[in-house]
Amino acid sequence: MKTIANKLDRSSVITRKKRGFFRNIVRHKTLLFMCTPAILFFFAFSYMPLPGIYVAFVKYNYRGGIFGSKFVGFDNFKFLYTSGKLFDLTRNTILYNLAFIILGNLVAVFMAILLNELRAKYFKKVSQTMMFLPYFISHVLVGLLVYNLLNYDYGFVNSVLTNLGLERWGPYSNAKVWPVLIVLIQLWKDTGYSSIVYFAAIMNVDSEIIESARVDGANGFQKIRYIILPSLKPTVIILLLFAMGGIVRGNFGLFYNIIGTNPMLYRTTDIIETYVYRATMTDFNFSTASAVGFYQSIIGFAMVMICNYVVKKIEPDYSLF
Amino acid sequence: MNKKKNRVKLDISDKIIRVFGYIFVTIYALACVFPFLLILGTSFSTEAIVRIEGVQLFPAEFTTFAYEMILKGGTIWGSYAVTIIMTASGTALGLSIIAMTGYALQRKDFPYRNIISFYIYFTSLFSAGLVPYYLLMTQTYKLKDSYLAVFLPLLMTPWLIILMKNFVKAIPHEMTESGKIDGAGDFKIFISIILPMLKPALATIGLFLALGYWNEWYQSSLFLSSRVTYKPLQYNLYEVINKIQSLKNSIAAQYITLDDMPTETLKMATAMMSTGPIIFLYPFIQKYFIGGITIGAVKG
Repeated sequence: MKTIANKLDRSSVITRKKRGFFRNIVRHKTLLFMCTPAILFFFAFSYMPLPGIYVAFVKYNYRGGIFGSKFVGFDNFKFLYTSGKLFDLTRNTILYNLAFIILGNLVAVFMAILLNELRAKYFKKVSQTMMFLPYFISHVLVGLLVYNLLNYDYGFVNSVLTNLGLERWGPYSNAKVWPVLIVLIQLWKDTGYSSIVYFAAIMNVDSEIIESARVDGANGFQKIRYIILPSLKPTVIILLLFAMGGIVRGNFGLFYNIIGTNPMLYRTTDIIETYVYRATMTDFNFSTASAVGFYQSIIGFAMVMICNYVVKKIEPDYSLF
Repeated sequence: MNKKKNRVKLDISDKIIRVFGYIFVTIYALACVFPFLLILGTSFSTEAIVRIEGVQLFPAEFTTFAYEMILKGGTIWGSYAVTIIMTASGTALGLSIIAMTGYALQRKDFPYRNIISFYIYFTSLFSAGLVPYYLLMTQTYKLKDSYLAVFLPLLMTPWLIILMKNFVKAIPHEMTESGKIDGAGDFKIFISIILPMLKPALATIGLFLALGYWNEWYQSSLFLSSRVTYKPLQYNLYEVINKIQSLKNSIAAQYITLDDMPTETLKMATAMMSTGPIIFLYPFIQKYFIGGITIGAVKG
């Protein structure tokens, strides 16, 4: 950085050394000014809440507020830990995310390869547009779509079942089926989007390599196996690692709009975010909720650091910092 | 001529892959659209038939009753106004700030760029969590039941600023240099030289912002209570789906008892009206998204 500045303006570097900080600020006042709204924004909405983490260590009462309530140390965490709640939530969150990450990437790669093989231009365009549709809708609508398909009384699946003379199916009272259903719904929503990334990566494969492989007699399967898949490997690894960094961060909108406040399904569908949200907004149990939130932030931070470290080892260009 | 010569003959494996590809992609694409058709069909059905036969792909008895009820007296127009105003002004404001910040942070001669970048990026690594945020917004900032509580937090994300930085990176530093030589100030350079070159970036990031505003329901669910009459569209939809009283409020239905109310078809019609504009627009804006994703995907 300094060497560039040197080249640009040698004399200013000398004065900068002497007059230092304030001189620098005045010199770059316009650029600083351009950053100011963003700096204020993140200060107001991301840094200002940080002292409030203290609420995880008190027994919150309204009159006292965060800093006037009784300090209880790690009691809030102890309760969550001994009741097994923390473990259940963490397990659910991580398992769902693992399924989303692994299956999501597999399906996306699979879809990208298929799309790449198709030749009918119009067909390709239309189908891609259709596949992209779920990405554009709110999770509220996703919740309604799922409810339309699956609810006991009017749901589409049950209409088909009764028309076939079969018994009705009531997934909204059956916790076991939801891990599969939610993973399917998530794949449905995001595959159109994520396959684009891989599709673009495939388009970057040198067509001459493929041509010459064909001339050498490689068939279609071999082309995919030995040329396209290896070419996707770096993208897959990097995206997987970044996704792993977010493994304890759940997709709140997805879960909350599909499951909502249906306690029958919590055992298999409650993730950290949904628990925290209910504890905050329904039970007003601020101390417990923030204890879970703080725990999540710490683990989440550690995961990002670890994953970024690994990325840096493999591919320094892609590391975040 | 040359191309034809180079073309390799398709063998059986290619044909298998291709046929399989067409079949699979067709099925998958239809599966993506099908649930929407189900909503569309049901929204034009009579409530009676839905209660007997379930949701309708092709309405057995066609009616526009649900739409009429919503349009006639409900809160949907107010919701449209709130969402459209927020989407338009939020996208414009957020985009301006993101573009300015992205440019300044990409300037190689700006000594604070690394520290400010980290300051912004850190917020996506570590957050205080929901409770401190909620208490700050409601008790310190007093934003309960204020549209600002929904509008402000959606203005920008660290990820969008990084995306903007990546777009700016593609513009050679010489552009800024040439502006300097002409005697232009930093802001002038940004407005008249850089901004016109950032059009694809503005389109992409603007779309992400607009989509965020249009689909917003989360901040509303935190901060807008029943004292606020006109909720943003998606949160209005959320309430219509989940709270029977909101469903009643959404139509001019003083004279209808809850039993007679066409609950299911009303939900569907509200869903169609809340999502409609995005669905109609999105085939046109899709290509900008694709451009943005492929640039921002890996480094996000």
